[in-house]
Amino acid sequence: MHPPPTRSLAKALKMLTILRTFLGLVRRCAIWVLVLSGPTLAQDGDAPLQPVLQNVRDEIANPSRSSVDRVLDALTNSDATGVVDFLRAWQDRAVYTDPATGLFYYAREESGDLVLIDIDSGAEGATVSTRDVEHIRPNGGVRREVAASLVQFEVSSPDPERRRAALEAIGRSPDAEQIAYLAASIGSEPDPEIRARKERLLTLLSARFAPDVEDRVAAIETLSGDVSTEARAVLSQILATRQRIAESLPQDVNMATVLEIGSDLGVDAAYGRLVDAGLAPERTDTDSILAALRANVVDGAVGGIPLHQLDTEEARETAYRALSADGLAPQLFSDAEVADAVGHHEFFEEYVEPNEEITDAARAAVDGTGTRIAIFEGLSLAFDALSLGSIFFLAAVGLAVTFGVMRVINMAHGEFIMMGAYTGYVIQLFVPDHTLSLVIALPMAFLVAFAAGVALERLVIRHLYTRPLETLLATFGISIALQQLAKNIFGTQARPLTAPDWLAGSIALNDIVSVATIRVAIFVLALIFLVLLLLVLKRTRLGLEVRAVTQNPGMAASMGIDPDRINMLTFGLGSGIAGIAGVAIGLYAQVTSEMGANYIVQSFMTVVVGGVGNVWGTLAGAGMIGFLQKGIEWFNPSNTLVAQTYLTLFIILFIQFRPRGIFALKGRAAGD
Amino acid sequence: MTDIITGDPLPAPPPRRSFLRHNRAALWFMALLSLFTLVVTLLSEAVGTGLISTSLVKILGMTLCLCLVAVAMDVVWGYCGILSLGHFAFFGLGGYAVGMWLMYARAEIIIRDSLATAEIPPTEAEVADAVGSQIFGVVGSSELPALWAFAHSLPVQLAMVVLAPGLLALVFGWLAFRSRVTGVYLSILTQAMTLALSLYLFQNDSGLRGNNGLSGLQNIPGHLETPQAVIAMWFFWGSALALALGYVLFAWILSDKFGSVIRAIRDNEARVRFLGYHVESYKLFVFTLTAVISGIAGALYYPQAGIINPAEIAPIASIYLAVWVAIGGRGRLYGAVLGAAVVSLLSSWLTGGGAPDINLGFYVIEWTEWWLVLLGVGFVAVTLFFPRGIGGLFDHFAKER
Repeated sequence: MHPPPTRSLAKALKMLTILRTFLGLVRRCAIWVLVLSGPTLAQDGDAPLQPVLQNVRDEIANPSRSSVDRVLDALTNSDATGVVDFLRAWQDRAVYTDPATGLFYYAREESGDLVLIDIDSGAEGATVSTRDVEHIRPNGGVRREVAASLVQFEVSSPDPERRRAALEAIGRSPDAEQIAYLAASIGSEPDPEIRARKERLLTLLSARFAPDVEDRVAAIETLSGDVSTEARAVLSQILATRQRIAESLPQDVNMATVLEIGSDLGVDAAYGRLVDAGLAPERTDTDSILAALRANVVDGAVGGIPLHQLDTEEARETAYRALSADGLAPQLFSDAEVADAVGHHEFFEEYVEPNEEITDAARAAVDGTGTRIAIFEGLSLAFDALSLGSIFFLAAVGLAVTFGVMRVINMAHGEFIMMGAYTGYVIQLFVPDHTLSLVIALPMAFLVAFAAGVALERLVIRHLYTRPLETLLATFGISIALQQLAKNIFGTQARPLTAPDWLAGSIALNDIVSVATIRVAIFVLALIFLVLLLLVLKRTRLGLEVRAVTQNPGMAASMGIDPDRINMLTFGLGSGIAGIAGVAIGLYAQVTSEMGANYIVQSFMTVVVGGVGNVWGTLAGAGMIGFLQKGIEWFNPSNTLVAQTYLTLFIILFIQFRPRGIFALKGRAAGD
Repeated sequence: MTDIITGDPLPAPPPRRSFLRHNRAALWFMALLSLFTLVVTLLSEAVGTGLISTSLVKILGMTLCLCLVAVAMDVVWGYCGILSLGHFAFFGLGGYAVGMWLMYARAEIIIRDSLATAEIPPTEAEVADAVGSQIFGVVGSSELPALWAFAHSLPVQLAMVVLAPGLLALVFGWLAFRSRVTGVYLSILTQAMTLALSLYLFQNDSGLRGNNGLSGLQNIPGHLETPQAVIAMWFFWGSALALALGYVLFAWILSDKFGSVIRAIRDNEARVRFLGYHVESYKLFVFTLTAVISGIAGALYYPQAGIINPAEIAPIASIYLAVWVAIGGRGRLYGAVLGAAVVSLLSSWLTGGGAPDINLGFYVIEWTEWWLVLLGVGFVAVTLFFPRGIGGLFDHFAKER
């Protein structure tokens, strides 16, 4: 018997943690070795700086990419004081030189003139005109070089901001030299957060650049199962390959893969690589055949074949062969010859990294990460689907009330969503504080849509209760009129409904899983609605009367319930919820007059798939449609249209098998 | 019922009369349509005085096609009670089928002309490649998709005009009617089908040029030199003929016992089933036949419009179709023709900038902005107060006489 998967997973994780702790110890020892054996760093000594500067005077005064290294070498290997300050000033274009004496100064500006400051003593000297001294302006390339060499000093800088910036610079452009001074700076790091970051960077650097193979392997092994982008980037850099071609497979290379002709690499592509490597002559393609034929027309014929007959591939090939037989054109290779040439070579990929031990470790680490990545990607997909599902639920739950409970098709439902969104937009125009305006907008959107819904029910729908198909058409008329009205009032361009700052950004679990905060908020809102609606329908007097009227209007009326009033309130409730959904949807999409129409078909399908007359059904329908759409998108991420097409087809088929939805009403309430 | 209970003999069947004498509305319709065609012909630029511009002839021809699809919609909704929100998709499919040939054949002619001067004549593969990149360059592809395998053949594409909507309607209708999806559920289902189709066509790799659609359809291969005035006239006559034939066909089908069963299904499907009729077959037949006629109407419409794109197929277009029929008057064929003609002509007049704006002093009503509001509100009013539509006015006159 195998242990259940969750337990074995937990066990594996525990093992991994132990292994990591152990490897961490190994790594620390390795670092100590590194520190002891690493090159000694220039420290601030007590010698004056100016003479050192004078040694590389020209290079400092006329900085260029080619000479900057000499300056950096001279300065960092000297034991003069203030090297770091000077480099910083040089980089910031705050160094001046006196052309007469050739000395360097810092300077302070004073009423258009400059007060020179001695580099070593810091004493203020003469006040000179800007014309009398030369301002040294290193270009961008030089400044980057200086910044890179400054990093070694900045990692131990007393200012935590500078240390953070230096670590960021290391993360951007890592190289082998950084290992030594980074390791040296860890011991004295007071800030635990920066210290952790330094240790992590050191692991990443050691994995790629440590001189010792064991150190690298140890560092690589700690990266196994690490799903962060930087760790995966390091591993993929270690596993970088290059394409090679040889007559026979060499033994002395670190082989990544041997490519099988046909399955891994097509014959034509393989021949192309041969041509690129200069191992085979270029193959004559149709264009060059045509060009050769054109160049050799003699008396209206090529190679003995009249021009007008050259309208097939075969005739052209025959003519071309005749030309090359006469030496007028390069030889034409047949497919067999090409295959032969390809067959005489081996195509393989070789790791750039020559050491097999290291690439093996890296591959094992990548494999170890693979499952975790898959799990997290699945999780991320599930979050996406959940958030899409909650948007569908919000858009459709109002319909679940009007269509599901009252059996009234309201094609203007989408326009109630739009109304809610525009209400939010208008309120934001008057209340600039986004949080406050949202707090006002939610109930206002409900009221506006509620009023519109009640008006629609009183004026139109109650006359059509016996004619459901005509309700569909009449509400469609309302829908186009409302859409056009919104266009006339607010214009055709999209209007923003800005979310408050605390809803901006996203909640990130790691580099793979992150969810926009606004989507989480919509999910929570959907949950609140579910609970509220269930409470209203199951626990209040209104809900009781609504259910009574739904099941048997005549009997309900004879028990003293006024069906007119109940219908009006139910319709208002459904419409009001649509209004609030509009605010939620407007927060993450933009507010346009067509936004409601985009959701109406989906919403109807959500209700129908879920099962009419059941809030739980709507929830199930929304969840199913959300997960399906994201699932199909996962197969073909480039195209959301495909997902929607297949989703719609799936729903059509689904209704074939469960015509009454997932939660079908049973018994008398099912009607028909 | 009372007949059976009292045991009275059944009333004798009415003497069999010829279909056209029985169906006076169809006769009237044919006469008016012929008169209309004659007048437009006499006033056209191509053969007559030129009082009616070529673009107006095209608009009138297109309107006739819309009338035909409205008649089909009336049969399936007004007579059979299936509110299909997919018939404009069938209309679009017909347009796409014929549009593929128009586009391919024209591109091929252009390519062959440009390659004719080349020293070495092109191979067939080269021509096909050039046509492919000519047509599909706009969606970043140069290969003709498999869908276009028969685009060079007019007969095949004409067969597709009938087969594509017909087969789609057959399969969809069979699935839907078989599982007894009725009423509003069926409407939503047909709307979902229309949505799926238009979303599919919107993709660039659908093989039908994505949202660019097919264009240049007004140029008829083989008649590229013929002036548009003449071509517009041909299509006008073709559309008038198709409308006349379609009208008579439906009137004939509906006049017989078959028509009675269809109407009975509309009024009480369950009772018809209990009487022993196979309701699904009747519905499937009507659904498929009307889809085919819609496809033919589309095949005549789009060469006059010159362009077809997926937006034409979007669910909203099918809903507009239902709106036309409802405004014209359901359950009478001439009602559908009236509705489609009046609403679509009014719409193109008001949104085309032809109608004068109304200055109220404090606000200027621009028709381009307010037409849809008027249509929407007017449509609600028709549904509420005149369920019989414009056609209902004729009943009124008939009663007074």
